[in-house]
Amino acid sequence: MSDLTGVGIGRGLAVGPILRMPEPLPEPADAASTVGADSEKVRAAGALAATAADIRLRGQRAGGAAKDVLDAQAFMAEDPTLKDDVDARIDSGKTAERAVYEAFAAFRDLLTSMGGYMGERATDLNDVSQRVVAHLQGVSAPGVPDPDYPFILVARDLAPADTALLDLDKVLALITSDGGPTSHTAILAREKSIVAIVGASGALDLADDQVVIVDASKGTVSTAPSADEQSAAAGTIAARAAAADAPVGPGALADGTAVPLLANLGSADGALPAVEKGAEGVGLFRTEFLFLDSDKAPTVDEQQAKYTQLLEAFAGKKVVVRALDAGADKPLSFLNDEPEENPALGLRGIRALRANEPILRDQLTALANADAATDADLWVMAPMVSTVEETRYFTKLAKELGIKTAGVMIEVPAAALLADRILPETDFASIGTNDLTQYTLAADRLLGSVASFQDPWHPAVLRLVGEVGRAGVTAGKPVGICGEAAADPLLAVVLVGLGATSLSMSPAALADVRTELARFTLDQAKEFAELALSANSAVEARVAVTAAANSLTTPITTITEAE
Amino acid sequence: MADRTVTIASSHGLHARPASLFVQEVTSSGLVVELTKGDKKINAASILGVISLGIQHGDEVTLHAEGETAESVLDGLAAFLGTDHDA
Repeated sequence: MSDLTGVGIGRGLAVGPILRMPEPLPEPADAASTVGADSEKVRAAGALAATAADIRLRGQRAGGAAKDVLDAQAFMAEDPTLKDDVDARIDSGKTAERAVYEAFAAFRDLLTSMGGYMGERATDLNDVSQRVVAHLQGVSAPGVPDPDYPFILVARDLAPADTALLDLDKVLALITSDGGPTSHTAILAREKSIVAIVGASGALDLADDQVVIVDASKGTVSTAPSADEQSAAAGTIAARAAAADAPVGPGALADGTAVPLLANLGSADGALPAVEKGAEGVGLFRTEFLFLDSDKAPTVDEQQAKYTQLLEAFAGKKVVVRALDAGADKPLSFLNDEPEENPALGLRGIRALRANEPILRDQLTALANADAATDADLWVMAPMVSTVEETRYFTKLAKELGIKTAGVMIEVPAAALLADRILPETDFASIGTNDLTQYTLAADRLLGSVASFQDPWHPAVLRLVGEVGRAGVTAGKPVGICGEAAADPLLAVVLVGLGATSLSMSPAALADVRTELARFTLDQAKEFAELALSANSAVEARVAVTAAANSLTTPITTITEAE
Repeated sequence: MADRTVTIASSHGLHARPASLFVQEVTSSGLVVELTKGDKKINAASILGVISLGIQHGDEVTLHAEGETAESVLDGLAAFLGTDHDA
């Protein structure tokens, strides 16, 4: 088959055998048993016991917290009450597959109806149910494959539950057929520095054990690489690993212009690794990830403890925290429970917080308390601000509750266009390029079929960034970039040329961006920005700037490969 | 036959991990043990039964078993439930 193309995440390279994520099993048909109740019961009992043994074995291998979760799952497969229910359903004429499916579903519904923690166990039950049914049908169990060798995982897309179970020591790369550069898979890949290609249509046709080369910098999957190509790729991988160990320093352009490089983090746990990779602070701390498992808003004390832990890791450094951002792709039931036809255009970001002001007040209070107890330089920003009036509202409330530096995120074109009125009303702006691109191009960033529109190189997006940059210079206020665009090394240079004063990205991208910034002066960055702005499309902009950059200096990739 | 009434000590109640440890204790005893909370009675070897009772910290539950070893088995199980496994 021919090579595949998609959107590469980062610049990594990987070589290895493919393993496909099994598709979820269809619901077993409710057909009458042809082998009789006694045989069905023997089949069911065997499959339940074998599944329990398999899960327990995986638990022993995983160890730690995963072992506890998997042990509990094993007991679910061995559950005597469930077994009685399965047998009763078989007695009524059902097949073992159907009886197992229905019995687990009945318990799942019971737990779901109890809500809260019990409701969350429903996912475990679904997983066990799928495994037992897979065993009965003689197919491989759905879920993340767990072989004894390193592999490249191919999936339609990955859910957070799947990614939590990934053994990162064994996953060489991820390839998904769906999902764009802001899908869960892409975010995970950036956060954990996994080589990934998303939105590679045709990926599901790859066969298990087929060896491929994944090149994220080109966005390509070579499906039939020669032995020479494989060893060349392995050599490049080793050379890059050596280069990544080079000492780190603050981000700056070739002429010495400082461009602080900050980290995007989703939990306080990520702080230490980010510092090790040279993060000069945090440019975007996403708070909603801390609360996704809750069915009610966390208390001030709970939040304060988490923020304190984060701020302590960045003593003396800047930490920009984003207020809870409930939205289309990360709903929080306690903020907005109403179904919406267009959630991306709905009650989200600052709009949802404003409708639930006590939650916003609690969060700002917890942040102010944590700030007072630590030495970090805390900045707090409101998500998805679209008007001058919202800017005034948030800045005033944050100051009133003790936040020293309050700002807004520019993700909506309206806010970018009026940045010259917004910036005087607040302390800083941070541009979220993912949403800004989605709203500017009117393309759902979660939809694979329009993933090609989700390209922050688009001149329309860059023009809006330029508006904000100009307004920042006039008002004398900092303008940061905290979208994934900042993680694209050459685009990072363009963004600085457009007026960005700091860049925040997944820690994995810091080294590449730092290297790229050091190649150019501020004047050159401004020239690149002009080139990109005068292009007709994202592709043209990228090609024009790449050509200009390569004519100025020796391309980084050539240096690496020559070593 | 033997009965024990115990107050749950685990600070987060009998959720997945303590529930799973409890079921393990029950299973290894080899006895059929009944667990009652309020008007609901379940087989204590059933983790789904235990979880579905939604047992919280401070809840009072009753254990019941029959057989020669019932007294000592229930002593062990009562001690388990009277210990905070989230500590």
